[in-house]
Amino acid sequence: MKKIAISNLPKLYAAIAKAQSLILPVKTAGKTNFSLWTEACDVDLQTLKTVKSAKDAFFPQSETLYHCHRDGKNITITPEDLQSESFVVFGIKGCDVRGIAVLDKVFLAEPVDSFYAARRCHGTIVSLACGAPEESCFCKVFGIDCAEPEGDVVTWLTEDYLYWKPVTEKGEKLTALVADLLEDSDDAAVTAQKEAIGKIVEKLPYAALSLEGWNGEALNEKFNSPLWETLYKPCLACGTCTFVCPTCQCYDIKDYNTGNGVQRYRCWDSCMYSDFTMMAHGNNRTSQLQRFRQRFMHKLVYFPANNDGMYSCVGCGRCVDKCPSHLNIVKVIKAFGKEGK
Amino acid sequence: MHEHECTCHPGFIHDTLIPQVGVITDIRQETPDVKTFRIEPPQGGKFFEHMPGQCAMICVPGVSEAMFSITSSPTNKEYQEFSIKKCGVLTDCLHSLEVGDQVTVRGPYGNHFPVETELKKQNLLFIAGGIALAPLRSVINYVLDNRQNYGHVDILYGARSADDLVQLKEIQEVWMKTADVNVYLTIDRPQEGWDGNVGFVPTYLKELAFDTNRTAILCGPPIMIKFCLQALQEMGFSKQQVYTTLELRMKCGVGKCGRCNIGSKYVCKDGPVFRCDQIDELPAEY
Repeated sequence: MKKIAISNLPKLYAAIAKAQSLILPVKTAGKTNFSLWTEACDVDLQTLKTVKSAKDAFFPQSETLYHCHRDGKNITITPEDLQSESFVVFGIKGCDVRGIAVLDKVFLAEPVDSFYAARRCHGTIVSLACGAPEESCFCKVFGIDCAEPEGDVVTWLTEDYLYWKPVTEKGEKLTALVADLLEDSDDAAVTAQKEAIGKIVEKLPYAALSLEGWNGEALNEKFNSPLWETLYKPCLACGTCTFVCPTCQCYDIKDYNTGNGVQRYRCWDSCMYSDFTMMAHGNNRTSQLQRFRQRFMHKLVYFPANNDGMYSCVGCGRCVDKCPSHLNIVKVIKAFGKEGK
Repeated sequence: MHEHECTCHPGFIHDTLIPQVGVITDIRQETPDVKTFRIEPPQGGKFFEHMPGQCAMICVPGVSEAMFSITSSPTNKEYQEFSIKKCGVLTDCLHSLEVGDQVTVRGPYGNHFPVETELKKQNLLFIAGGIALAPLRSVINYVLDNRQNYGHVDILYGARSADDLVQLKEIQEVWMKTADVNVYLTIDRPQEGWDGNVGFVPTYLKELAFDTNRTAILCGPPIMIKFCLQALQEMGFSKQQVYTTLELRMKCGVGKCGRCNIGSKYVCKDGPVFRCDQIDELPAEY
C-alpha cells in the first residue's frame, strides 16, 4: 500500500499527464464528468457520480471510423488511426469499472472491435473507492464491492491522503512512473474506510433488491408479462437512461459530409427511440412498450443469456437519479418481484 | 505514434466495420423495381468467400448503408451479385447508379444455410415469393453446382405478376433444364401471355401436395412465410424440416450495435438463417 498527501495530488496529476493523457472527473459549469486533465481544470473527487459514466474513455459518444474520399467515380477509404498512446483514467468508481467489463463482453467478442480493443489495451484504470455511497446506489446487488473496486490501481480517499494500491502489471507500471511522489503506508486507514463503507452499503434503501427470477432462462415468461403495459407508460422516450448508463452500448453509424468527402462515424444510439429499428419495409418495435421492454429485457435477461449470467446493469443508480419520469431499472425489478415472477 | 495496427493486437489491421471499395461491373434490370448488381473489387474477383445465405453491407458513402443477401452462389468463382429491390433511400440511390460507379462492401455476415451438413443428401423444396428469391438463389445454385450431394429439388416461386419474377432467364435456361429439378411458377393474378399457374404461393403449395420426405427452405414476405408454414404443417411437415431467413435493421453486422436482436439472438450474427422451430422459441418481436 502506498499513499500520497491530498495537497500533493496536483503534482501526481501533473506527473502522470507529463507521460500520458490523464482523464479524470472534472467539474465544469457545476457538472462533473470525466474529462482530460489540464493544469487549470477543477478536479472533483468529491462528487460520487459523474453525470455520464466513464464509458466515453473507451467507447466515445462519437468517433470516426474511416474517411471516404471521392475523386470522380473513384472512392478511397482511409481507416481512422487506432489508439496507440497510453492513457490513464483516474477516479472510476466500482460500478463504472464493472461497466467496462460489460462492454468488454460485447466489443472484445469475436470479431473484436479494434477501435475499442486498442483503447482497452492502452488505457490504465485507476479506480476510487466510494467513500459515501448514495441512496440510489445498488451495486452490491450485482456483486460489486464499492469499498474495494476492480481496476489496475485501486485508490481510497481520506481527509488527508489518497491511498494507492497497484493490482495489475499495468498498475505496477503506472506506480513506478510516479514512485517519487508516493510513500509507503500501512493498511489501517483503508481498512477503517472499507468497514465504514460496508456499514453504509448495508443500510442503503436498495440493499435488499432481489434479482431472483431474472436470468436468461426467464425469457418468454418475462417478455410476455402484462406488467410491461403499466410499467412503460410514464416513459417519454427521451433516451437519458441510455446515455448516462455505463453499460448501454447500442450505436449508430452515420455520415458526416466534410465537403470533400464523407467521414463515417459511430455514435451512441438508444433503443428507446422510435426509429431505432425502422427499415424501409417496416419496424419490428412500433410501440414504446416494446422499446421500453427491450431495454430492460436486454439488461436483465438477454445479456445474461449470452454472457454466462452476467447482468448488463451495475447498479450505479444514474437512471434512478436522472429519469425525468422517475422510471428506472429498480422499479422494473421490484414490480416483477412483487408479482412473484 | 499513429498507426492502423494496434501494437498490442497485431491482427487488428482491418476492423470489420471498415469496408472495401466495390465497382459495379454489371446491372441487370430483373423487374420494374428489382435490379441485380454485379459488384467487384477494383482489381476484379470476389470481396471474400461466403456461404449460401450470408449477407454483406453495401454502402453509398454519404447516403446510407444496409445489409443485403449475396444472391450469387459461392460456386461462382468470378464475382458476387446482389439482387436489390427499390424500396427506400439507399436502394433508390443504388438503382440510380451505373456500371463503373463505386460503392463500398463489407462482410460476409451471419450464418448460412446448412448446405454441407443438415441439407446434404436431402430432397429439397425451395419456396420463395418476390424479391425473396435473392437469398435462395445462392443456395439453389450451390445445390445445382454440387448436384450429386443432394436429392430431388423442387422450386416453387411466385410473384405479383409475370413481370415481377426475378432471375427468370436463369430459372428458364438453367434450373428448368437441370435433371431432377422441378420448377413451379405462379403469379397472383391472371395476365395475358401467362399460361402458368395463377394464385398465391401458399395456395399453390397445398395444391402441389408434396410429401414430407424433404426439407423446405422458405423465404418471402412475412405474411407469405406465415401461411406457407401453416400449409406445410397441414401437409405433415414438422418445423424442424423448415428453414427460413429473417431480416431486421442492422448497423454493424456483428452483434454489437444492438439493433437486430429478437430476444437474446442477433439476426446479423446468430441468423439470418433459422430453423422454424428455433424461431418459435424467440419472443414474437420480428
